[in-house]
Amino acid sequence: MQPANLFPLIVVLVAIAFALGYARSRALAMPLGGIRNLKSLPFYYAARAAMWCGLPALLILACWLGFEAKVIQTLIVGSLPAELRPDTAGQASLVLSQISNVASGALSGDFAPEGIAAAAERLEALRAQSTFMMTALVLSIAVLGGFIAWLRIAPHINAREKVESTLRKIFFLCAALAILTTVGIIFSVIFETIRFFGKVSFIEFFFGTSWSPQTAIRADQVGADGAFGMIPLFVGTLLISSIAMLVAVPVGLMSAIYLSEYASKPVRAIFKPALEMLAGVPTVVYGFFAALTVAPFISDIAEAIGLSASSQSALAAGLVMGIMIIPFVSSLSDDVINAVPQTMRDGSLALGATQSETMKKVIFPAALPGIMGGVLLAVSRAIGETMIVVMAAGLAANMTANPLEAVTTVTVQIVTLLVGDQEFDSAKTLAAFALGMMLFIVTLLLNIVALHVVRKYREQYD
Amino acid sequence: MTDQLSQAELVRQSLKRRYRKEWRFRTYGILAIGVAILALVILFTDIISKGYTGFLKTTVTLEVPLDPELMYLDDPTDPEQIRMADFVAPLQQALLNELPTAEKGDRRELGRLMNSYAANQLRDQLQANPDWLGTTRTMTFLANTDVEVYVKHKDDEAYSIKLSDQQQRWVDELVDRGVVESSFNDVFFSSGDSRDPSNAGIAGAIVGSLLTMLVTLCLSFPIGVAAAIYLEEFAPQNRWTDFIEVNINNLAAVPSIIFGLLGLAVFINLFGMPRSVPMVGGLVLTLMTLPTIIISSRASIKSVPPSIREAAEGIGASKMQVVLHHVLPLALPGMLTGSIIGMAQALGETAPLLLIGMVAFIVDVPGGFFESATVMPVQIFLWAGSPELAFIERASAAIMVLLAFLISMNALAIWLRKRLERRW
Repeated sequence: MQPANLFPLIVVLVAIAFALGYARSRALAMPLGGIRNLKSLPFYYAARAAMWCGLPALLILACWLGFEAKVIQTLIVGSLPAELRPDTAGQASLVLSQISNVASGALSGDFAPEGIAAAAERLEALRAQSTFMMTALVLSIAVLGGFIAWLRIAPHINAREKVESTLRKIFFLCAALAILTTVGIIFSVIFETIRFFGKVSFIEFFFGTSWSPQTAIRADQVGADGAFGMIPLFVGTLLISSIAMLVAVPVGLMSAIYLSEYASKPVRAIFKPALEMLAGVPTVVYGFFAALTVAPFISDIAEAIGLSASSQSALAAGLVMGIMIIPFVSSLSDDVINAVPQTMRDGSLALGATQSETMKKVIFPAALPGIMGGVLLAVSRAIGETMIVVMAAGLAANMTANPLEAVTTVTVQIVTLLVGDQEFDSAKTLAAFALGMMLFIVTLLLNIVALHVVRKYREQYD
Repeated sequence: MTDQLSQAELVRQSLKRRYRKEWRFRTYGILAIGVAILALVILFTDIISKGYTGFLKTTVTLEVPLDPELMYLDDPTDPEQIRMADFVAPLQQALLNELPTAEKGDRRELGRLMNSYAANQLRDQLQANPDWLGTTRTMTFLANTDVEVYVKHKDDEAYSIKLSDQQQRWVDELVDRGVVESSFNDVFFSSGDSRDPSNAGIAGAIVGSLLTMLVTLCLSFPIGVAAAIYLEEFAPQNRWTDFIEVNINNLAAVPSIIFGLLGLAVFINLFGMPRSVPMVGGLVLTLMTLPTIIISSRASIKSVPPSIREAAEGIGASKMQVVLHHVLPLALPGMLTGSIIGMAQALGETAPLLLIGMVAFIVDVPGGFFESATVMPVQIFLWAGSPELAFIERASAAIMVLLAFLISMNALAIWLRKRLERRW
């Protein structure tokens, strides 16, 4: 049975276990003189039976689905005849995809080598076997678990306590998933990064000034190894992010100041949501706008005033990214400005300062740490933003500070290196993970500092 | 006395300058908001002006002579004959009949006005109705993309017209006679991707997005709410709890592409899950949206006043009963609102899905969680990268559909908040 059908079936079984558990606990209570002689309410006995029925079964289902594919792959590769057996991970994935294509009928078995067709049949058989075994195991565990829990319903058992402690454990696991995710991120980049530094030296990666991760088509090709110096990517990222911040910080900050200090209530009620709409637009839409409207516009203007601009300029990507970040800066600054106590405002105004003087000399200095925290968060956003730069910034790794030229960024390179077919042991693919690691570390540091500053600041006025 | 007077005089003299500064500062604020709103307006008008024509299709309605001799076909139930038959000839003949000015030698040129799938459509129709052979039927086909571009964008310099002058005259004539018409583009909503812009649609992407979002919703809402309950109600004050909180706050600000790397390394390479399926996309987006949902759920649990908890505890409810029977129902509207906003974010997300291979060219509408699929934003990305303007037009139309989804989700969230949220 397909997992998509198995899941509803488990839900039905759980419901049955609940109903039977409820009935049994009531039946047991009747001779004793009503449910008040049970240690817990019937609901809890029923819930306990339902948990016993559902939880182990779902756990096994999840594990099976998680490891099924890998186990079958290993079995298939192990059963291949010696001349077909792959030596490297790259070959293995090639052979496996060939086998699965034959199995699914996308590739005719007649054109594949003898062993492949046999392996494809074996793959089909194993898949069917695995699905059958999974269905049988999961369903029998569900039934068995439910039955045991049903048998163990007794008036003296405190079912409520047991149900509640299980629930509490589940809640804890859900919260701990955050740690697991972070660990997962670190582990998914760290191994590939270590392998990458086995192929490319540390110094070349951090201090090299040329980036061209070509893989060799021929062994004697010029530049066959590819160059993996990340400085040009770093410069490109910095250039685009600074353009974005030059747009976002003044505009975001000034609009936050206006909306929180000057605007009347109805004006605020209209323009605040309008600004937030900018935050709701997906990044791919901004990328579309940058690549197809802003970039040609900029290159036309540059041409008109006698400058040469590339069709994919850092300026276009940076400007649009700035627009995207405006609401981010403005809503964070708005919070911070509103958190400055009203007494400080009143004091300054009472001394005869104008509103702008109050803002510039009293509120802004008081709010500065919080605003800085917000700006740092915005910088981390700009560095990690992907779609706008993928669509509008280009691939050429130029080391330039000229915003009219095309530059490339860390995120663009991660996407280009990893989209499409890839071999898992080439320096090219591994480089993407090394870049990902850099990106993660830099944004993590920025976030930690920013969140710390913001929290410190909040505590000051709370 | 004179000192004070001069002081007052000084202030008065400086007033004009200070007011001017005040005025300037206020103007900067208005300008800033103006810039932001202007950007929003330009963005929307640009997309609408580029894409509204994407909702129109151009069709050709013809009297097709299903002549056995013309098609070299006398038995439509025989698959061998169907395979060998010529289904282009009747279309060419029908066009020739419509255009008195065209000559027999123009057949090939005329055939280019028809969509590349028109012959297949004719074949399928004939196979379904074998008794049509020998009759003349009125049928509607999609026009060729070049014809569509010509009909829609004759006067637009940005588009290059690929039809010859002769073909342009024919199309003009056909438009005058009502044979070539523009109507609402239902193909766009009912078919998957295609190499040919006039046949391309977003049905596959919408279903893919729906499946992905279903996985994300089913996982991230319960897990997020459970995590929020644990952190707000049960977590002891210790280092582990602090560590979890730091982790959640940081994950909320980690770039989305990093989650793509995680999905690639863990779900695809470690667990061997297939590429480009909604299941893996949903899992990645779940991990990405969880922090947002946890943070907003915690805020709404926090807003439930302690008096509710105390009252429930006072009549003997256990901690879990207090939470599940009293706090959770009161906090649920806020949690829902936060989750809808989180889902809207996930619906617009592209970068992590690129890395787990949801960029493949997929024609079929996906039928399950483990079938290759693409999603709306990725479909937009793919079309936006095409050199053909007809695809760009469809990308804009798809953006409008996506934005309509997002805006209605956000509107629903706002409505829910207004309707259900209680002020204490």
